[in-house]
Amino acid sequence: MPNTSNAPTQSYVPGEHPDLKPPIGQTGILLWLRKNLFSSTFNVVLTLVTLYFLYLVIPPLVNWLFLDAVFQAGSRDECRALGEGACWGFIDKRLGQFTYGFYPIEERWRVNLTFLLLVIAVLPVLWEKMPKRRLMLGFSLVFPFVSAWLLLGGFGLESVNTDQFGGFMLTMIIGVTGIVFSLPMGILLALGRQSQLHFIRWLCTGFIEFIRGVPLITLLFVASTMLNYFLPPGTTFDLLLRVLIMVTIFSAAYIAEVVRGGLQAVPKGQHEAADAMGLKYWASMRLIVLPQALKISIPGIVNTFIGLFKDSTLVVIIGLLDPLGIGRASLSDSKWQGLATEVYVFIAIFFFICCFSMSRYSIYLENKLHTGHRI
Amino acid sequence: MTDHEAQGAASMQVSDQEMIRINDMHKWYGQFHVLKNINLNVKAGERIVVCGPSGSGKSTLIRCMNRLEEHQRGEIWVDGVELTSDLKNIEQIRREVGMVFQHFNLFPHLTVLENCTLAPIWVRKMPKAEAEDVARAYLERVKIPEQADKFPGQLSGGQQQRVAIARSLCMNPKIMLFDEPTSALDPEMIKEVLDVMIELAHDGMTMLCVTHEMGFAKTVANRVIFMDGGEIIEENEPQEFFNNPQSERTQEFLSQILAH
Repeated sequence: MPNTSNAPTQSYVPGEHPDLKPPIGQTGILLWLRKNLFSSTFNVVLTLVTLYFLYLVIPPLVNWLFLDAVFQAGSRDECRALGEGACWGFIDKRLGQFTYGFYPIEERWRVNLTFLLLVIAVLPVLWEKMPKRRLMLGFSLVFPFVSAWLLLGGFGLESVNTDQFGGFMLTMIIGVTGIVFSLPMGILLALGRQSQLHFIRWLCTGFIEFIRGVPLITLLFVASTMLNYFLPPGTTFDLLLRVLIMVTIFSAAYIAEVVRGGLQAVPKGQHEAADAMGLKYWASMRLIVLPQALKISIPGIVNTFIGLFKDSTLVVIIGLLDPLGIGRASLSDSKWQGLATEVYVFIAIFFFICCFSMSRYSIYLENKLHTGHRI
Repeated sequence: MTDHEAQGAASMQVSDQEMIRINDMHKWYGQFHVLKNINLNVKAGERIVVCGPSGSGKSTLIRCMNRLEEHQRGEIWVDGVELTSDLKNIEQIRREVGMVFQHFNLFPHLTVLENCTLAPIWVRKMPKAEAEDVARAYLERVKIPEQADKFPGQLSGGQQQRVAIARSLCMNPKIMLFDEPTSALDPEMIKEVLDVMIELAHDGMTMLCVTHEMGFAKTVANRVIFMDGGEIIEENEPQEFFNNPQSERTQEFLSQILAH
């Protein structure tokens, strides 16, 4: 007799075992807690210590930031009289300057409009399934010219000198320009560094190594002071433009190295397959090699962009009034002395939001471009 | 299969038209002389199997035929065009010569269909809709039309290699080069790829194939070339080659690969 003593009754044909549900406790919140927070004595201790630490830190922080904070006040003394926490009243008073620097108040709408257009221009680049994407990408291409016109004026608008630019607006100008121009430049440098043509390879390698070997501050100093010695006398060359060029080439050199890493990770077989089909160099780079290399390089590229965005604060050293510069200037106001914490926390929050968004977008992009196993 | 062979044999005609001619060709990797005095003529419709021990230069030889490798001495003529450093000639030849690689080399960021339409669109300047029709027809022929919208990473090795064959065929090549097309495959997938290649041979495609599949050589090849140490040692019809190998090295090689 089969199926008796030790074998349980078998109700299926061999080879056709049905899929069963996993036993209870293998899924759900309880499992997650047990696995991640309380899996061993050491982890239990760590979890408890962390909870205690959060208990110590978070309530006072919330109190300082929100509950005890003063959002409207006329001076520091007024602030202190109203509450113990942060004196956001100061930031509130200076918000215009933090955002626009010394841009003429009656012309600030131009900056706001530029920012709005920036969002519209960036959207089709980042969002692949956007309706009418092609048309919108066309707008993205003309945006740099439109924005330059709006910000600088001329042709019917009152012209504004770049030394009146400042605050977050300046950070955005430096960051966005640097990012937009350093990516294509970095890609070209990376390709050039791998070129079969000796002259191009040496030129690109030399450029990359020189720029990477010099601190950004040095380049900014060169931009602000020494460039006048190299240029023919009498040429006026806008300081902001010089800074933009320096920031762009600085980050392009880093992008180039990140992209080179990506290019090297593309298997030789991909080049060979593209060659064997009769694709020309630029077509095979654009269609086959770069899409794969850039995908691999996304974390490194975004890392460089974040670095560039934060490094834009260095321009304060050569006298441009980025948020740090504005902050420092406003702290010397006798009515508002001693509020450095508020100023720097505020600036930190701005930078964190921008950089964190870039980081999340890069993760989204990586997931979207994941097409199964690599070959 | 025998039925297919019987009807195929009639179509497996070799014409007099010369597709490839190699004269006194030599190649070096640095100091290393990889290919020595290669002479070879291939006529339209010929199916040639190149075999030999590893390192004998057989892959290098067929990679010279579309200039994935450069030769240093001698001449290679493909479809009436000489392979020199002239980029125009190289591109012209590559348009007419399809290649299938050991590791497939599909483009992982493109779907199967996009893999197949890329070269027709960008090299042949074919309209996209037409290229897609052609690609679907060839995917049908290699028996995977339902995979057209998947990415290569989602397919099995055998399916990937069939996509690679379809991708090459989409360019409507005059010659197909196969560089060990089944060496990276699991045993149960080798047959599905070989079947596609056999069918291709029956349709009259000029084929050069580096392979260790001696069964394939016996069924479809009309010539087998044995290489060792960078030289063509022996060249014969498959029947003669397997039953009556001339050189000692060929005998040794055959006894080793046919032993198991």
